[in-house]
Amino acid sequence: MPHSTDERRPRDADCAGLAVVGAGPAGLAAAVTAADHGLDVVLLDSAVTPGGQYYRSPPGGLGATRPGALHHGWPVFAELSARLAAHRDSGAIRHLPNHQVWTVERAGDGDWILHAVTGAEGDQRSAVRARRLLLATGAHERQLPFPGWTLPGVVSAAGAQAMLKSGLVLPGRRIVVAGSGPLLQAVALSLTRAGASVPALIEASGYGAYARAPQVLAANPGKMAEGVRHGAALTGAGVRMLTRRAVTDVHGDDRVEAVTVSRVDRRWRPVPGTGREIACDALAVGHGLAPQLELAVAAGCGTRACADGTHAVTLDQQLRTTVPGVWAAGEAGGIGGVELALCEGELAALSVIREMRGGVQRAAARRAVALLRSRRRLRAFSTLMGAVHRPGAGWSEWLTGDTEVCRCEEVTAGRIRTACEEFGAGDTRTVKLLTRAGMGWCQGRTCGFAVRELADAHGSGRGAGEEPDGPDRRPLACPVRLSTLADLAEPA
Amino acid sequence: MRQPLDVVIVGAGVVGAACAYYASRSGLSVAVVDRGSVAGGTTGAGEGNLLVSDKLPGPELELALLSASLWRELSEELSSDIEYEIKGGLVVAASEESLTTLSTTAATQRGAGVEAYHVTSDRLRDAEPHLAPHLAGGCHYPQDAQVQPALAAAELLREAGRSGARLCPGEEVVGILRHRDGAVRGVRTARSELRAPVVVNAAGTWGGDLAAMAGVDLPVLPRRGFVLVTEPLPRLIRHKVYAAEYVSDVSSGSAALQTSPVVEGTPSGPVLIGASRERVGFDRTLSVPAIARLAAQAAALFPVLADVRVMRAYHGFRPYLPDHLPAIGPDPRVPGLFHACGHEGAGIGLAPATGLLIADAIAGRQPVLDPGPFAPDRFDTTCHVT
Repeated sequence: MPHSTDERRPRDADCAGLAVVGAGPAGLAAAVTAADHGLDVVLLDSAVTPGGQYYRSPPGGLGATRPGALHHGWPVFAELSARLAAHRDSGAIRHLPNHQVWTVERAGDGDWILHAVTGAEGDQRSAVRARRLLLATGAHERQLPFPGWTLPGVVSAAGAQAMLKSGLVLPGRRIVVAGSGPLLQAVALSLTRAGASVPALIEASGYGAYARAPQVLAANPGKMAEGVRHGAALTGAGVRMLTRRAVTDVHGDDRVEAVTVSRVDRRWRPVPGTGREIACDALAVGHGLAPQLELAVAAGCGTRACADGTHAVTLDQQLRTTVPGVWAAGEAGGIGGVELALCEGELAALSVIREMRGGVQRAAARRAVALLRSRRRLRAFSTLMGAVHRPGAGWSEWLTGDTEVCRCEEVTAGRIRTACEEFGAGDTRTVKLLTRAGMGWCQGRTCGFAVRELADAHGSGRGAGEEPDGPDRRPLACPVRLSTLADLAEPA
Repeated sequence: MRQPLDVVIVGAGVVGAACAYYASRSGLSVAVVDRGSVAGGTTGAGEGNLLVSDKLPGPELELALLSASLWRELSEELSSDIEYEIKGGLVVAASEESLTTLSTTAATQRGAGVEAYHVTSDRLRDAEPHLAPHLAGGCHYPQDAQVQPALAAAELLREAGRSGARLCPGEEVVGILRHRDGAVRGVRTARSELRAPVVVNAAGTWGGDLAAMAGVDLPVLPRRGFVLVTEPLPRLIRHKVYAAEYVSDVSSGSAALQTSPVVEGTPSGPVLIGASRERVGFDRTLSVPAIARLAAQAAALFPVLADVRVMRAYHGFRPYLPDHLPAIGPDPRVPGLFHACGHEGAGIGLAPATGLLIADAIAGRQPVLDPGPFAPDRFDTTCHVT
């Protein structure tokens, strides 16, 4: 097997062969696969324990004896965790938990420097050097605003799931689950299994839309079976499944007491006069996931617009980004779920090995072919899923002028419309400059999609002059103390 | 049928907006085109400084003093809040040596009509309680002010719209229309043609490209700057505070990275930290060395900021001309072409005076100050053959 000169460089503690950012399903699969093939890997993750958002588990001592009961595919995770532990013990993987990478920087010699904050207070700094970079940065939940969504008792669907997985706390006793996307079914099931009553699951799209791509469904019988299984389980748990409906208002003085559910048309415009109240003490709402692209954008990776309305890292078959030396896997390359993330993580690691050594052993090559086939099949399904659940253009009609769109800066839909109609804003950046929408704590992660859609309705997606109309740029992927930045300054 | 246009302004940044405001107010029929939205280029990346303190006596200072009084008028005339605040500037010197230089500068500025007051070392913290101890002294410039630049540009354009100006965002100019004799007759955009006998180049950092479309050279280059934005804080910093070295960095011609601390609070809470300067083309990658130096210098000036979290960082490209003066006025090489660009880091401050000069020049009125030093063809060696 020919080895590149690069690999013959002595292993040194200061520069890993591969840095993997994110220890969710994709990052874990990538790190252990790369280590299996003899690469020295550094694995950075913002969480204390590996698993990411998906395999989130309670901290020890909370008395959860069967964390796997809340997860799908727990044995896979258990196996990956065991391999991670073995590689960590042998020194093949340096696992850096509680390391939040705030930027990646290319050094003069082509190596990557990953700048992270760590420590209990996030006030320690850490810099890691690696020859190659694999981004498995995952996703965050996509939200759409609606009247009343700021009332206590309204929680994000993924947040409700996370609360269950990590602390086993329920956001209420009688919880309506609403929004769009397959996550809602899983969330509703978890909530009922944890003892809550879920009177209704409100889905803005129609599941029937999946039938428009019969070949994709036929190629993914497992996905169909899962949908049917979830549907049956939900019906069994007394959850009414209402499609082509949306929560258009929330009632209650100090917290949620009821929600109004209205019919929506194909474009998600609420149909007047169809509103019906459902009593509840909590609402778990989500509209799918959006890739976390800060580091990919910082590294200069190209992005693409996806069928679900989000942006994702542009990848080739080998999971290479447009920047040499940078790979990505999992949700960062487009929302696709845990099975795809595991597949892509492994495939990306094999791709790294292939590029380093000019090839891989026969068994690994066969494995890569099988993974490629799975990836193609799963990506086709996720594209279909994204298109089915992409918010229809009419969703903004359920907003009133005083509905807050950006909660951090308290910017209402009315102010955003004024910025567009009277001041000529037609893109996210200009709306942000004129209203401060997206300038607060979450840096637009919550409101970014909604603001973009509201602005696009006026400017038809034109770029803001200097910046092309791509994903939001956040050069700092997380807040960093001034003193931490100052420590990096070279003496003048 | 729309009224025929008198003027097409290319660029909806603050300079283009001010040109549109003064031109439409003097009765001209105006259209503003921009490939993006309002304030999409350098205006949106600016801190909104209206400074006289950082300028040495000369044509730029005259322009800045005129602008300072125009901004004061505008803050009363414009119908919505542009966060105008005469907060004053405080320039601080760390060493006796730089204090001496600062005091000499201030003396010459006073001769040119700038208000500048010496602040002794022991009084600095009366002005700014959180300043580091042991600074040598400083100078207070009460005329320095601030606006929120994107709001200011948008409001100027809205007001121009009320006088009949048309705003055409999302339209990229792809060519300048010319008569057979060379005079301009409008612009061609990706979508349409806008015909007018006057075209104003207010394309900022991209002004050189627009000049090239008209066949003339205007050497505008991007000079990148980063700004750090902290989490929202109660008002800790009252003035725009910067180090005396800032003035020499501004006037330097070097392409290498220069940083000098410029720190100020904002009405919304976050503290803004600048200012870096480097000529690296339109490179949009975050420079860790640049922001690290900004952070270190800001923390040295205001130790209280050390534990504060930086929420975001952004960059902008200042439109730089080799002599640090803007190009304002008609281009003798192309009849009907006017330039209003190349203001480097002072575009927000200099915008109203620029707009007024342009409107007067188009209308053939006597200029309020000598526009000679801003002649757009001053870099064109081929024009000055004797």
